[in-house]
Amino acid sequence: MIDDTIVAIATAPGEAGISIIRMSGPDSIDILDKIFVSKKGASIREFPQRRLVYGHIVDKSIERVVDEVLSVYMKAPYTYTREDVVEINCHGGIVPARNILELILKNGARSAEPGEFTKRAFLNGRIDLAQAEAVMDMISAKTDTSFDVALGQLEGTLSKKVGEIRDIIIEVLAHLQVSIDYTEEDIEEITYPELLNQSELIKNKIEKLLETSDTGKIIREGLNTVIIGKPNVGKSSLLNALLKESRAIVTDIPGTTRDVIEEYLNIKGIPLKIIDTAGIRETEDMVEKIGVERSKEFFNKADLVILVLDASQELSDEDREIIKYVKNKKSIILINKTDLPQKIDEEEIKKLIPGKKIIKISIIKELGIQEIEDEIVNMVYGGQIKMKEASFVTNVRHKNALEKALKSIEEAIEAIKQGLFFDLIAVDLNDCYQYLGEITGDTVAENIIDKIFANFCLGK
Amino acid sequence: MVERFEAGTYDVIVVGAGHAGCEAALAAARMGCKTLILSINLDSIAMMPCNPSIGGTGKGHLVREIDALGGEMGINIDKTFIQSRMLNTAKGPAVHSLRAQADKRKYHVEMKKTLENETNVDLKQGEVVELIVEDKRVKGVIMRPGAIYRAKAVIMATGTYLGGKVFIGQINYQSGPNGLAPSLELTKQLKKLGLRMRRFKTGTPARVDKKTLDFNQMEEQPGDEEIVPFSFMNDSLSIDQESCWLTYTNGETHRIIYKNLHRSAMYSGKIEGTGPRYCPSIEDKIVRFADKNRHQLFIEPEGLDTNEMYVQGMSTSLPEDVQISFLRTIPGLQEVKIMRPAYAIEYDCIDPTQLKLTLECKDIEYLFSCGQFNGTSGYEEAAAQGLIAGINAALKIQGKEPFILDRSEAYIGVLIDDLVTKGTNEPYRMMTSRAEYRLILRQDNADLRLTEKGYKVGLVKEERYKKYLERRAQIEDELKRLRNTYVKPNDVNEFLEKNNSSGINNSISLYDLLKRPELNYDLIKEIDKDRPKLRKDVQRQCDIQIKYEGYIAKQLKQIDQFKKLEKKKLSPDIDYSKIEGLRLEAREKLDKIKPLSVGQASRISGVSPADVSVLLVYLEQQRRRRGEDDE
Repeated sequence: MIDDTIVAIATAPGEAGISIIRMSGPDSIDILDKIFVSKKGASIREFPQRRLVYGHIVDKSIERVVDEVLSVYMKAPYTYTREDVVEINCHGGIVPARNILELILKNGARSAEPGEFTKRAFLNGRIDLAQAEAVMDMISAKTDTSFDVALGQLEGTLSKKVGEIRDIIIEVLAHLQVSIDYTEEDIEEITYPELLNQSELIKNKIEKLLETSDTGKIIREGLNTVIIGKPNVGKSSLLNALLKESRAIVTDIPGTTRDVIEEYLNIKGIPLKIIDTAGIRETEDMVEKIGVERSKEFFNKADLVILVLDASQELSDEDREIIKYVKNKKSIILINKTDLPQKIDEEEIKKLIPGKKIIKISIIKELGIQEIEDEIVNMVYGGQIKMKEASFVTNVRHKNALEKALKSIEEAIEAIKQGLFFDLIAVDLNDCYQYLGEITGDTVAENIIDKIFANFCLGK
Repeated sequence: MVERFEAGTYDVIVVGAGHAGCEAALAAARMGCKTLILSINLDSIAMMPCNPSIGGTGKGHLVREIDALGGEMGINIDKTFIQSRMLNTAKGPAVHSLRAQADKRKYHVEMKKTLENETNVDLKQGEVVELIVEDKRVKGVIMRPGAIYRAKAVIMATGTYLGGKVFIGQINYQSGPNGLAPSLELTKQLKKLGLRMRRFKTGTPARVDKKTLDFNQMEEQPGDEEIVPFSFMNDSLSIDQESCWLTYTNGETHRIIYKNLHRSAMYSGKIEGTGPRYCPSIEDKIVRFADKNRHQLFIEPEGLDTNEMYVQGMSTSLPEDVQISFLRTIPGLQEVKIMRPAYAIEYDCIDPTQLKLTLECKDIEYLFSCGQFNGTSGYEEAAAQGLIAGINAALKIQGKEPFILDRSEAYIGVLIDDLVTKGTNEPYRMMTSRAEYRLILRQDNADLRLTEKGYKVGLVKEERYKKYLERRAQIEDELKRLRNTYVKPNDVNEFLEKNNSSGINNSISLYDLLKRPELNYDLIKEIDKDRPKLRKDVQRQCDIQIKYEGYIAKQLKQIDQFKKLEKKKLSPDIDYSKIEGLRLEAREKLDKIKPLSVGQASRISGVSPADVSVLLVYLEQQRRRRGEDDE
């Protein structure tokens, strides 16, 4: 029997008109009922199933409206998973969907594993064996592919931070356990003030990690990437190509992209914040001037710079000026418009800015986009680009685990303040340790025992 | 050439009569099996070749569980203890641990008597030199003088006798524990049968003459005033207790040991076996914890009829002359005379991952094993396994379902699951921190957890079962009464104030009052005048269940989670190489361990959460295939 309820954002990340959050499992309708209010204030249960109902998602704990949505519920067994299923259509973009997802997690669902809806569909007899094999491939791919290895590296910083917290917990646990299991040994017992101290420290550290995971931050703190180039070389088209969406206004008139546009995308697991700048050039137009100033500011903060040049034109002084800026940055150089007759002198570029990867592309003909993505991945995983620490709690599952860990350490602190027995405090600390372990994939018991034997002098 | 002869046929033969062997033989016999127990020397039945005590943290829990299931260790120590203490009383009830000092000689005599008086048990002195194994199934044993005993099942409980080698300083010689003969033939055959053998090491400190000690220079460690019996069959016990004595090493002790390190068997590299980390020799402690300027040692009596005293904390493989000189630097031991020197002993054991959770060998049917042979250390760990091996041998012979305790039911379950699923790289010792569900697995409720199960397999007899039912009913009735008995503010606020507990505004049940940390069952009798007269253990049980309700509920929830995967059974016949999606390492490990459930699989090192998902999907496929075949 499957008795928990899972949830995930069903639409692909990126910009789209709407996002869909899907829930499956016995509690899904209850959960929807708790967070959804129809236009006239009625409960979702008052509407028939399979009907889209207009209303709002509301976080009742803080009485805040999260988003305006259309919701629908479908009763088992006539659904994809053969369980009760709920779908919420909310505004597009990552933020609204994530906010709703988090609210649902807070209300008792857990985030779905990759392929889990399909897996449930199979387990509940909705799809056949051949389809199930495909799911299994997916599950095993999860651990085997380079994707996971790559992601693993990316998450190295998070693991390290979590690992540091776990080290403190295990140290405290070892002290508790040793005084329980070796009660007659000549070992100084850890004191309650000391326990409290350490636990507060653990709590602070978890809170700090959690702060970095606030939705806004997750996105804003992606890999800062700036697209730069003189006007009309195809910067916005490039961004659009990467987003496979059309949002930034694209025209042939230089300077159309007046302000700085930020977009968020995910290239093979790497979160990127791409900034499409107005071209850096001297200008008299006030609006554009502000844009240009801001471009320079962003440029200075960038982790990665993508310089776009126009193959159909000779290198201008403006280009040379920009190349000077780019020289000392981690950068990729793109020569766009290779579908047109080539006038640019590649040798000169190589001389001006040696050692940089040059990729020839044609955005119009969709040539070379893959190569750009590969190069970004290479640079990140090859360690050429260091990502900022705060960018790592990107996974809602991780956030979930951190929140549970926080709750456990808070309970431990409460227990310590009440002066409860060591073995009770150990239950909460152990929980905290376990939840953090879910992030790094480690297990407990042996670690503590090893620690005890390494640190304390015991003997019969 | 030895003349061989047929000497008898049994249901079960137990090889070895230490703490594991005794429990195994008694369990099998009490479940109706005709049982033969063999020992190299009948005078060493239930011998305690190391510390003269039973129980301690974690270990005390094991003894209570053995008793709750109808085993003998608890009853035997209750007959023969000379001091009793409940350890860890300053901590929560889950880790209160009972320990008793034993009269070693008496312990042996009483256990031997019990075996002799058991109708279905025959005792025989002699060394087994060969197992009879045909078609991967054990059929009996052959003794050194040629006697052949045939049996349906054989239980190995060879302790440190198997391949035993004693080290004292630079000398070493083949020997069993305590100067007894070793068993040197069997290992070769076990290896030939395909068992993976390994070598472990343990050690024991010196025994010294009481009349050469000055207890005035030591700290007295008396027993508890109120004695809690080990066995649930005993309501109360009362004896004149002996004391233990505490003293410490000093800089001079350490200097002598340091100077002579090169003469230690361990440090000169003569010992190949792996020793336990929790029981380091004194030279180990001094080297590894050089910053400690003293180490404590307890002087414990070995019995009432002897002058021999056990020097706890001083296990060593240094030569005897060094032992004498460092002991004489210790307060109270300046004149000490050693009666038996400390020694280290190396022995053969198996890699326990070759066993099933029933403690039957995966590759040789009807061959069970327990105790140090399985890589554990300690009398209690041995007895626990002996009991389980004995029960399962009997059940298998009788064609009944196996008896397996899981990690949420008993320390015994934790012990065996750890051994069989994870294996061990050192002599394994039980600790309360090994149990995930420690708050549930308390020593005070072992009977409530296990006696019903013991009754079902036929080991718990009527008398014990009745006693358990009675106690359980009393606890339940009393909890119910406390829940339904309300007190009014006027009647109790004065009492509450007196006990630093905040007053109440509305009437409240005694049950809810007892949740307050500052109150307890005994204390509130003042406001609970009409309470029934109940035994201490019943009162205590109510107190614990009420007071720790919140945490107990937390653990029960964890257990629910745990049980989900335990209930997903895996057949031992699964061909893991045929399951798509398992990683290679997981495939190899699963093939080797052959877990009985997905839960057990998840505890094997090298099996990842993704592998567990694959197993779950595989199981569901199998179920559906079967379902479809039926249609």
